[in-house]
Amino acid sequence: MTQRHFVMLCLVPLAIFTLAFLALPLARLIMASSESDAGWGIYLQILQTPRYLSTLVQTVAVSLAVTAAALVISTTAGLFLVRNRFTGRNALLSILTLPLAFPGVVVGFMIILLGGRQGLVNQIVPGHLVFAYSVFGLFLGYLYFSIPRVLLTVMAAAEKIDPALEEAARTLGARPHRIILDVLLPALAPALAAAGAIAFATAMGAFGTAFTLATDIDVLPMVIYTEFTLSAKIAMASALSVTLGLVTWIMLLMARSISGQTVAAGG
Amino acid sequence: MKTPTKLIALIVTLLACAFLLIPIIQSVQAGLTVNYFRGLSSGLTLKWVGEVWELYSGSIFLSIRLALACLAVTLILGVPAAYALARNPGRASRVLEEFTSLPLAIPGLALALALLQLYGTYQGFRTNWSFILVGHVLYTLPFMVRSVLSVLATIDLRSLEEGAASLGARPARRFVDIVVPNALPGILAGALTVVTLSIGEFNLTWMLHTPYLKTLPVGLADSYASMRLEVASAYTLVFFVMIVPLLMAMQWASARAQRNMQ
Repeated sequence: MTQRHFVMLCLVPLAIFTLAFLALPLARLIMASSESDAGWGIYLQILQTPRYLSTLVQTVAVSLAVTAAALVISTTAGLFLVRNRFTGRNALLSILTLPLAFPGVVVGFMIILLGGRQGLVNQIVPGHLVFAYSVFGLFLGYLYFSIPRVLLTVMAAAEKIDPALEEAARTLGARPHRIILDVLLPALAPALAAAGAIAFATAMGAFGTAFTLATDIDVLPMVIYTEFTLSAKIAMASALSVTLGLVTWIMLLMARSISGQTVAAGG
Repeated sequence: MKTPTKLIALIVTLLACAFLLIPIIQSVQAGLTVNYFRGLSSGLTLKWVGEVWELYSGSIFLSIRLALACLAVTLILGVPAAYALARNPGRASRVLEEFTSLPLAIPGLALALALLQLYGTYQGFRTNWSFILVGHVLYTLPFMVRSVLSVLATIDLRSLEEGAASLGARPARRFVDIVVPNALPGILAGALTVVTLSIGEFNLTWMLHTPYLKTLPVGLADSYASMRLEVASAYTLVFFVMIVPLLMAMQWASARAQRNMQ
């Protein structure tokens, strides 16, 4: 067996698996979306049906809000942790990356512990403050798993910034906030764009967290789930899945072309 | 940075830590106290953990078995493929790598719907645990391929292999004796990532599972919906005890693999 043949042979198992369990199922999903009476017009129907349209708008709105909040919090914390060495720094860093391995359902439960009926806030603040199952609770849940992802991207980029740039700005008399605005943020811009795209895509597709918290809120993954399992509107569930998949795929493709990073869209 | 800016940054960092850590502490505490609503004064107990073990040990073992099987499959599929991609860094390889990475970008729910619609009618497969395994492999395979590929890409494989070939080593022999040992840091990092992700996978698994095949995270969702808070917390605690060491080992192995590359 020649070298060339052997290398080709190495690809065969992966190629077969990918064909059988990724390419063909995705092709089936796309075909299934056209199998209702509306045909391919079903994608137009998404935009024309008020319930689906408002779901789409609400999902995008929550995802954008989470992206913005995660960018602000994680950039601040990330820059702080890159620029300062102190005892306990590693502990803080560990805490901030811990949720990376949590499935979305566990994140949802964390928010229930904070804002549910038996939650911490309801215990401290009298007057039955229960927010876990509201849009705000969902926002907090998405924020919970977005902070670590954005933080890691920002920190990886911040570590590559030459400290001499800040040094130079300082010697020239720039104030701290000007250094941040004029030196650090422009240098971080590609990483922030990438991290933002990742956070947005992850929030759009988050099923586990929504499954625990959004029992009364229409977000895209939950609507797909109920259309498929309860209403048996297979074509619509497929069409919404294709739409969602396209959006998250394009966002992550953009993120990768900007920063060259790989991140999974779990949650 | 001067003091005021630094102080604000410190406060934001600490608040973010508190937001992430407090519910974790709460769940550990709730899983170990006799009555969560009455607080720690009601006493500490392992009763809830015991109850979780009785109710859900099957789920826990299923998840471990799935994670190990998933690891075996991703090793068999992923390591040779990463080698082939590293030896042939052409356009076709890029396209194939990009395509196998799709499950990173497409939500698990959508992938599960796709799998269900194509294979859901094959009852023997649909109700077998290998159906869930397919979902887990689909999701974790890109991590294995990329982890190994990133290590192999920094090594001059061609010269190493030519040296071995001139001594008479055949391709398969060179793969075992040269490629695999050189790729070990990447394989280790990839393996830990695969196991960690498989044990925590919910989005695909929820759609693919059957009542007789509940994995750990599926059981968690189940307990959040129908069990008292103490039991749900104790179950979450068991999950933390499994996943946190794995996460730390995974971060250590990834950092080590990256250091080796520099």
